[in-house]
Amino acid sequence: MEAVLDIDRLCVRRSGKLVLNNLTLEILGARVTGLLGASGSGKSTLMRCMVGVQRIDSGTITIMGISAGAKELRRKVGYVSQSPAVYLDLTVLENLDYFRSIFSLPYSRLREVVDTVSLAGTQKQLVSSLSGGQRARLSLAIALLPSPSLLVLDEPTVGLDPLLREELWNYFHELAKQGCTLIVSSHVMDEAERCDDLVLLRDGKIMFHSTPATLKASTETDNLDSAFLALAKRAKSEF
Amino acid sequence: MSSSRVFATAKRLLKQLRHDPRTIVLLLGVPLLLMVLLRYLFGAQIAEFNNLAPMLIALFPFTIMFIVTSIAMLRERMSGTLERLLTSPISKFEILAGYGLGFGILAVLQVVLVLLVTFGPLELTTNGNIVMLLLFSLLDALMGTSLGLLLSTFANSEFQAVQFLPAFIFPQMLLSGIFTPRNQMPQALKFLSDLLPLSYAIDGASRTASSTTWNLATGVDLTVVVIAIPLSLALGALTLKRQTK
Repeated sequence: MEAVLDIDRLCVRRSGKLVLNNLTLEILGARVTGLLGASGSGKSTLMRCMVGVQRIDSGTITIMGISAGAKELRRKVGYVSQSPAVYLDLTVLENLDYFRSIFSLPYSRLREVVDTVSLAGTQKQLVSSLSGGQRARLSLAIALLPSPSLLVLDEPTVGLDPLLREELWNYFHELAKQGCTLIVSSHVMDEAERCDDLVLLRDGKIMFHSTPATLKASTETDNLDSAFLALAKRAKSEF
Repeated sequence: MSSSRVFATAKRLLKQLRHDPRTIVLLLGVPLLLMVLLRYLFGAQIAEFNNLAPMLIALFPFTIMFIVTSIAMLRERMSGTLERLLTSPISKFEILAGYGLGFGILAVLQVVLVLLVTFGPLELTTNGNIVMLLLFSLLDALMGTSLGLLLSTFANSEFQAVQFLPAFIFPQMLLSGIFTPRNQMPQALKFLSDLLPLSYAIDGASRTASSTTWNLATGVDLTVVVIAIPLSLALGALTLKRQTK
């Protein structure tokens, strides 16, 4: 299978500290890849690199053969940052409508994404009056607007109730089935279980990259919680 | 460049302001209040008022638009929406041009109101051309907008952005000829004054207000101001970084 995302010896330094350390990674298409790691492991920085807004020190990132952040990719790669990037002083619909015009999409697309993230009842509400979870869903809805072929989602389900989280994960897999590639960061283990592939980051390096089943088998555990723990212990003892 | 993305950005900015009526009242009301203040400050000294008012008609909208746009742009950056826009098909110049257009529309309202009040109830009388004064004040406000956008690309915090007013506007104001006529300044200061765009904005406003004759100097003033607007937007697009640390 062809890799959609190809990262080669990527280094990112931030105020003297190596946040991403010679990282090489290939992500396969039409799958949901979970990006896991403790806070400070470099997840968000890596995701920012993928969408071309992070200054990198060395290495390359190509998406579908094109250098990350290039103009040709901006309709094809959707990004949701960790804190919702939305206009608080606009209504839900006004937010969506602005990005709809940026991507020159038809109005009908608004209805579709609003339904996807279950925000139909709040369309006329000012975003500042919405809950954190609702803002996060609006931020996701904006990323979904142009139907991107790669979605980079930085903790998209934080603050969502279990039912909604379940719905979104089902939707992620539905998107993958239609050919969309998803990279989803999380620190919730039950979400890791729902990924097709897992990438484990630690101190800016990749500690593990395979399927959840392989991870469990290689650590001789029956759940991902203990598998992560076993991996962390193994990494520690190697120092 | 896609004009539809520029229009969409301007429309979005105005919608944001519509949800914030107090800002609109301040934006349109403050210059009026300052002009009223100025009028009563001079009381019977009508000649002084007639001399100073045109320069301040050019200065107030310039300053207000400068500060408002730089803060608005900073907010865009702080909220993460600028980063989001930079990952979308809109170009950096389109973003800045959209801001320029959106705030430019407000500047038109602001300047027209100021002129109506100053020439109406405040009884400013000039020998000059009011339409030309309107044009100059408008261009000055637009120049304030685009310089604010350019400077805001250097600001990383609210503190920095607010400091641009004393650091960038105050020196220009001192050297613009409002306080001392420019031709009476020491050689070095006159030279410095010649380099600053606000000097031409103030000169132009004052010249068009005092005389209807069109001379070379007025043409130079107009040219500098007109060029400064797209130039600062283009420079802003260059200095705005897609990739950050």
